[in-house]
Amino acid sequence: MLNAVRGKAASAEAVVAAPMSAASVKPALPPMPVKPPAAKDKKAAAGVDRRSFVAICFDPLWLAFGAMAATSVLWLLDLARFMFPNVLVEPPTAFKIGPPSDYPLGGVSTKWLAARGVWIVHTDQYKGRNLIYALASVCTHLGCTPNWLEGEQKYKCPCHGSGFYVNGINFEGPAPRPLERVGLKLAADGQLEVDKSVKFQEEMGQWEDSNSFVDGSLA
Amino acid sequence: MNSLPLITSWLSLGSLEPHPNVTPSVIFGLGWLYLILFFMNVAWTWRSFHKGHHIELPAFVGGGHLPTAAIWAVYSTVLMLVSIIHLSCSSSPESFWLIMPDFAKAAIDFVVADARRYFAVTVGAFGVMLLFRNWLARQNIGWALLNLSLLFLTISMTDWDFRQIVGKPDNVPIVAMLFIVGFFTWLFFYRANENDRRAAQGRPPVEAENNEKVLTWPDLVYTEMICMIAVTALLILWGIALQAPLEEPASAVKTPNPSKAPWYFLGLQEMLVYYDPWLAGVVFPSVIIGGMMAIPYIDFNKLGNGYYTFNDRKFAITTFMFGFLPLWIGMIILGTFLRGPNWNVFGIYEFWDVHKLEALNNVNLSEYFWYGLGQPLPMAPAGSDFWTQAPYILLREAPGFLAIGFYLVALPGLMAGTIFKKFFVRMGFVRYMVFSNLVLMMAALPLKMVLRWAVNLKYFIAIPEWFFNV
Repeated sequence: MLNAVRGKAASAEAVVAAPMSAASVKPALPPMPVKPPAAKDKKAAAGVDRRSFVAICFDPLWLAFGAMAATSVLWLLDLARFMFPNVLVEPPTAFKIGPPSDYPLGGVSTKWLAARGVWIVHTDQYKGRNLIYALASVCTHLGCTPNWLEGEQKYKCPCHGSGFYVNGINFEGPAPRPLERVGLKLAADGQLEVDKSVKFQEEMGQWEDSNSFVDGSLA
Repeated sequence: MNSLPLITSWLSLGSLEPHPNVTPSVIFGLGWLYLILFFMNVAWTWRSFHKGHHIELPAFVGGGHLPTAAIWAVYSTVLMLVSIIHLSCSSSPESFWLIMPDFAKAAIDFVVADARRYFAVTVGAFGVMLLFRNWLARQNIGWALLNLSLLFLTISMTDWDFRQIVGKPDNVPIVAMLFIVGFFTWLFFYRANENDRRAAQGRPPVEAENNEKVLTWPDLVYTEMICMIAVTALLILWGIALQAPLEEPASAVKTPNPSKAPWYFLGLQEMLVYYDPWLAGVVFPSVIIGGMMAIPYIDFNKLGNGYYTFNDRKFAITTFMFGFLPLWIGMIILGTFLRGPNWNVFGIYEFWDVHKLEALNNVNLSEYFWYGLGQPLPMAPAGSDFWTQAPYILLREAPGFLAIGFYLVALPGLMAGTIFKKFFVRMGFVRYMVFSNLVLMMAALPLKMVLRWAVNLKYFIAIPEWFFNV
């Protein structure tokens, strides 16, 4: 059977080979095909044939893309609305922290750190003035929460090793500027009131603002 | 009062020791590790015997051949004995003597617990690797290096602090990665040396001589499938053996101490210690990615295509390896194993003490300059507006601007006339400027690290008023 297949293949080759050997005797050049005329603009040839606006509107392709675009826009608007929830479950930015006498001179209170993210500092280490102020517990390098180290009397960030003096001024590691103060004032009832909606940056000269501290002699 | 002698007797037994260096289970586990090492080396001895490797003995011991297999056989026997000692140890762990000696711990910590020495050692090791590449990339030396590193790891396990940092589920794959990096670096040099030897003899590289083509199907596809199955099996085993390191619930006002990036970003985190976030977190990573994409367009060396070589591409390979090994892998090691609480540097055998004090008082270049001149920093009168302040700020930071300008603008020109003369001629102006700036930016990281460690330099340009620090 194999031989039969081989025989067939051999005869097929012979059939193919025959005309080739005939052609190789005297190749006569076939006539060149006639070049077809250049293509013309069909629309130009047929006169103006613009589709009407209505026709475009009902084109399935445009319909599909239009629907998709409209859905995307709606979705984006929804997303934007999502950023403004009806109810914000977070504590108000202004809160009372007790009378100044709770914060004796030379102390850094971590009482409000866990709940509100502020240290209450009563120190005379900033320009020699006796002040109480609230420092935001956000490292000015990349926003980690530093730890207050009582023994070393410094704030030390666990992320890249930035260190701040007790008064909030940066002195070691990569932090480029001091910790930020938030608003602090003496409320009418004699309690200190922190306002986290405002911040005061030392390098901008904002620590001179009277809203950023309370006179320490009140304590 | 009566209980005091009892407590002290417990202490002497070590049962109250909170961080025991050696426990019965540690000794037993190390026994199994040594046993694995023993079997590995028996296999290597067998291989060495059949390959017929030998060492020529020097004349003063009588000359002659010493089969390498003999050395490996003796070493394997020692490993077996050590394993038996561990597995049959019945005395108290305190009196176990096969441990990392304290003086060795102190010596290693002396080097690695200081970023300066650590960096100097990694760069030095990199140079040694390049200089002695022919010797280091031999098979028996490669096997000896693997054994040394495994023995170091094994005997270091007798230290509590080392076990904590290396055995942390997060860090186990990083240890594995170090061995993988070591293996592939060794493999590169092994193959490159072979081709460099051939080139010296005027023969074509291995890849040109044995360029037998293989079929995609089945050769490649089967290899890929086997790799897929092996990796899947490994991941399943890993997932079963090591628990995911979950921590306490996240809190916006409590950052874990130390707080570490994923291991592959620890190089970037280390960079953030030295450069401002916008540079170390945005500009430099983009330059690294863009620069690597630019390499094919910068490179004018036609050699080294399709075969392993070192001699044909000395500059390209050395530059890439310097960026990858000491600067990327080295920084990952530093970040993973050496950075501890408060981002201080700790030795591998050192307790992670939250209260470790490290003097890091940093000084800006402008402060060095103006205080060095005995003048105060130029400062605008209080309460002045932006346009009054700007000239004062720019004057204050002028030394930094000049230094950076010199580094990135003048230095490429100087280098074009001196060390990179050939490069400049071959590349042309634009290509050369791209190339030299990429090289300078890569060099900027080790430069700043050394300046930080040497003179506590904080920023070249420090303008916190405009959030611009370099």
